[in-house]
Amino acid sequence: MKARGSVARHRAHALRTPGRVILVAMACVAMAAGASHGAWAQRHVLNRAAPDFTVTDLNGNPVHLASFRGKVVLLNFWAAWCAPCLVEMPVFDTWQRKYGTRGLQVIGISMDDDAGAARKTVARLGIRYPVAMGNVNLAARYGGVLGLPLTFLIDRNGVVRARFQGETAPAKIETRINELLARPAEPGAGSGRAAMVGQPGK
Amino acid sequence: MHSGLVRKAVLSFAILGLFSFQLQVARAQWAAPQAVSAFSIPPAQLIHVDELNGLLHARGADRPLILQVGSRMMFDQAHIPGSEYAGPGSQPDGTAQLRGRVASLPHSTFIVLYCGCCPWNRCPNVGPAYQLLREMGFTRVKVLYLANNFGADWVNKGLPVEGAR
Repeated sequence: MKARGSVARHRAHALRTPGRVILVAMACVAMAAGASHGAWAQRHVLNRAAPDFTVTDLNGNPVHLASFRGKVVLLNFWAAWCAPCLVEMPVFDTWQRKYGTRGLQVIGISMDDDAGAARKTVARLGIRYPVAMGNVNLAARYGGVLGLPLTFLIDRNGVVRARFQGETAPAKIETRINELLARPAEPGAGSGRAAMVGQPGK
Repeated sequence: MHSGLVRKAVLSFAILGLFSFQLQVARAQWAAPQAVSAFSIPPAQLIHVDELNGLLHARGADRPLILQVGSRMMFDQAHIPGSEYAGPGSQPDGTAQLRGRVASLPHSTFIVLYCGCCPWNRCPNVGPAYQLLREMGFTRVKVLYLANNFGADWVNKGLPVEGAR
């Protein structure tokens, strides 16, 4: 709203001189081309179908979210410079081994600008679950990743059931994982690709 | 005989102690610089979201140069209108980028730094970036206080942003 008021004030000024009219017109074109003032808001994905995506992990293997239908997915956005992320990741790796047979799948999405930093961190921490590089589009589809760590839990039916932003007690996440693992998938949930919303892709 | 053994033992401990001390000194000299905590920034140099929002339409010397010193990917998603990306303050490449951006500016330039990658007590970027500008002689440097992160403390409050959407 503030932005709209601001634009209105600019327009009023602009009417005074032709030069300003041109400037305002150029600004409007720039805004229409992609920049948005004030309208940006983190989308809520909780209790909605998880936006689908396909990414390539750091080992070169494709990771397609919809292919994990029937499993509980822990989707973790992290970065090498994020101290609390580095505390969580070994815990997630332990959970992958502990709960994997019951249907947990951990996926890591690095928000590092540089894949080299992500690779080094994954190697140093001994992470064995799939980790891929993130991008602006994927982040936007999950409501914007504007603070780390950020972790989602997706149930066996492909619905986002929990969102943990910032430092979170591992026990809190683990409790939710156990709740979700205890719930059976709905019929057809394990059929794979038909599940999660949005266009697959990066 | 006995006193000779004691003397040798004392001498051995002294040499070991000296070696250990030298090792620690060398380690301290060659180790990567410790991350400068955001808590190292004096409270008087912090600026709060409402105050900065009020300055976005300021003119002249009251209008700050706003520099994001965190993640490029986060900047590309959403950033404060008019702000510029200046590299991650915790990385040598980032500090070089920041140094280059401000090198030609008068030291009286009003500069606001922000990051918001992580909770304030975990941010690795704003502390080193602030310290660099102070060392370069800038006298009007403020750092935006974001307790949780940029998403929670700026975007979700409905404050203006520019970005990918």
